[in-house]
Amino acid sequence: MKDFAGTATLVRLALRRDRIMLPVWIVVFVSMAAGSAKASIDLYPDVASRVEAANTTNSSPALVSLYGRIFDPTSLGEVSLFKLTSFGALLVALLAAIVVVRHTRGEEESGRLELLSAGVLGRYASLTAALIVSAGTVIVMGLLTALSLIGTGLPASGSFAFGLTWAAAGLTFAGVGAVTAQLTEGARTANGLTAVVLGVSYVLRALGDSASDGGARWISWLSPIGWAQQIRPFAGDRWIVALLPLALMVVLVAAAFALVRRRDVGAGLVRPRPGPATASPSLRSPLALAWRLQRGSLYAWGFAFLLLGFIVGNIASNVDGFVSSDSAKELVEKLGGVNGITDAFLSAEMGMLGLLASAFGIQAALRLRSEETALRAEPLLATGVTRVQWMASHVLMALLGTAVLVLVGGLGSGISSGASLGNMGRQVPRMLAAAAVQLPAIWVVTGLVVILFGFAPKLVTAAWVLFGAFLLIGQFGPIFDLPQGLMNVSPYAHTPRLPGGDFSATPVILVSAIAALLLAAGFTGFRRRDVG
Amino acid sequence: MTSAIVVSGLHKSYGSTHALDGLDLEVATGEVHGFLGPNGAGKSTTIRVLLGLLKADEGEASLLGGDPWQDAAKLHRRLAYVPGDVNLWPNLTGGEVIDLLGRLRGGLDPKKRDDLLRRFDLDPTKKGRTYSKGNRQKVALVAALASDVELLILDEPTSGLDPLMEEVFRQFIEEERHRDRTVLLSSHILSEVEALCDRISIIRRGKVVETGTLADLRHLTRTSIQAELAAAPNGIANLPGVHSLEIEGNRVRCEVDTAQLDALMKQLAASGIKSLVAQPPTLEELFLRHYEDDTVAAEPLAATR
Repeated sequence: MKDFAGTATLVRLALRRDRIMLPVWIVVFVSMAAGSAKASIDLYPDVASRVEAANTTNSSPALVSLYGRIFDPTSLGEVSLFKLTSFGALLVALLAAIVVVRHTRGEEESGRLELLSAGVLGRYASLTAALIVSAGTVIVMGLLTALSLIGTGLPASGSFAFGLTWAAAGLTFAGVGAVTAQLTEGARTANGLTAVVLGVSYVLRALGDSASDGGARWISWLSPIGWAQQIRPFAGDRWIVALLPLALMVVLVAAAFALVRRRDVGAGLVRPRPGPATASPSLRSPLALAWRLQRGSLYAWGFAFLLLGFIVGNIASNVDGFVSSDSAKELVEKLGGVNGITDAFLSAEMGMLGLLASAFGIQAALRLRSEETALRAEPLLATGVTRVQWMASHVLMALLGTAVLVLVGGLGSGISSGASLGNMGRQVPRMLAAAAVQLPAIWVVTGLVVILFGFAPKLVTAAWVLFGAFLLIGQFGPIFDLPQGLMNVSPYAHTPRLPGGDFSATPVILVSAIAALLLAAGFTGFRRRDVG
Repeated sequence: MTSAIVVSGLHKSYGSTHALDGLDLEVATGEVHGFLGPNGAGKSTTIRVLLGLLKADEGEASLLGGDPWQDAAKLHRRLAYVPGDVNLWPNLTGGEVIDLLGRLRGGLDPKKRDDLLRRFDLDPTKKGRTYSKGNRQKVALVAALASDVELLILDEPTSGLDPLMEEVFRQFIEEERHRDRTVLLSSHILSEVEALCDRISIIRRGKVVETGTLADLRHLTRTSIQAELAAAPNGIANLPGVHSLEIEGNRVRCEVDTAQLDALMKQLAASGIKSLVAQPPTLEELFLRHYEDDTVAAEPLAATR
């Protein structure tokens, strides 16, 4: 028992540290499910409309691989929520793993765990506490999601099965995080490994689901995300399937505990390789350092954007069939489209890519603050590097990185939609233009990080909150008929709806000017404030 | 003689805490200057103001003849800094960090770099996250010492080093002294400062309370005396600057302010000295005298000069 001593204290410490983050995520996920159900239920008033929507979805391999198959075309719950079943499970799984890694390897890497280990702390305490917090989070999230779905009028049994789908995926990947946290010495690497496992799981599920009737559908059963989906909420509620992900969690957790016993505090099982004894000649400027620090992340994001672009472009060719009911057409048009369902779909998806790229921009610009608080900015600023040069290095990574991402996404979608529509020469430049017009709004959000960093560095993560608010306004504003004045607060509201929509230069120039002002103000603020 | 660093009346507050409360400091060009004080006395804050990382609320600071806030980057090419807490980028090797910092400062001497790596016994191929605290500090020290700069600012540079490496560090600082480089060495390790520094400033609660050469400062402290006399002592109790006096027959034990040593000796000699033990003051005593009554908030003693 002494190996577990101190677990309760660590659980309290973790809850204290995450007292904002975890409740916010729970609320986001619960309202995402409830909001999506509420918004979709009205779209399918009768069985016929559901069957029609479900059949068009199931006949599109692109949609099936992205979201999964609809098992019961008559089920209101499933048709309303199929987009969130495995996709939501993916996000919950990511969150659960990150929480575990953050409170185990993250603490160890920072050296804080060593400080605590010297006190009365069993060797399993940190891992146990992290698992308790992570599992508790996904279980609470699953329960609240179920209750909120019941609140929208969906059947109770299916609602609980849906909550279980998310929670089961979360629990499995809490186990994955527990193992990867033991393997590497860095939390970032552990999270990267988890993301790879998650990606492979999702791709296996996608491959199996999109296989033809007699084909290799069993491949989905190789994936924990596939298992979660096979619980089939609102379409049979097969509770017994949940035993698979839960059993895997038990195995993974047992493996993680066995690994803890075999290694030293601070060490990983995978020994880091030695690197070069001298720096390459190009590593001679703050920008070269920022590139070195952020390139790995940019490569991964870039690859994901190219892939997403291809998928989006591929789906676009099926959209006409997908939204054949009038109400669905109306919805797509409400979501930002004009002139032609395909263009409307592509423009809505480019908007999604723009939002995703903004997240990269925030993260890249937030490096400024994490480098500052980790005391890694100080030695650089004590050399011949000016404050502006140092700050510009990471800001450029954010600005140029987001540009690369949306353009890569635009290129991918242009090529794949052009190929399936048979007009590549026209479609590629159209999609590149659609990608480029996303940039002013993205850069406004980057600018928010920069101005906060310049004037209120302790509040810099509030940029995520503002971004979340813009997201909610954009996603739910049209559905809930929010006043236009409120919706105009979001920079994304002014992005031209390309391809297909009217392009007017004025909003693009104005939003760009706001981004430039925010950036310039941020630089001025940082030049005047204390570092550290 | 010019001064590499001149600071006068520096104030810096964080909210309600006064980190610096009218600090004065002068470091002459070419000297090794010890900046002595316990944790939290304001050493790092002073250094950060000198590096232009913090803006002082009040007071003047000049560094290598320039304004540390206005001309920061220009001045930094002429100095090298080793922070008290060295954090490295987890996936850069020590060698890469040394080269990067050196290049950003305007270049490294590759021969010196190799020599430093060898003598500090540092493996430059390891990734930042795998170094111990001591080895991270060595990375910063190698980067600083291998740069051709006029001024070294070292903030508790040996706090993670083992005694063997501390000795290597001392040898390098000795070499720097012979090259007439200026060194500001902040430390709370008295023996280090005593061994290395030409002049010392003692900081307490954001103020420099003593400054001068070790000899100057010793002058301020008490020498402890044990003497056996030929006859009973006489008149000693009335001498100024004599403390903790104990007389047993012909034996005398006391502490005397170093400034009053001569008067005491004369008085003792008048009674005939049979044996005498005098213990010179250590820096430690001086230091403790300023800090032991910290909780009582004693008045700072008048500075010498």
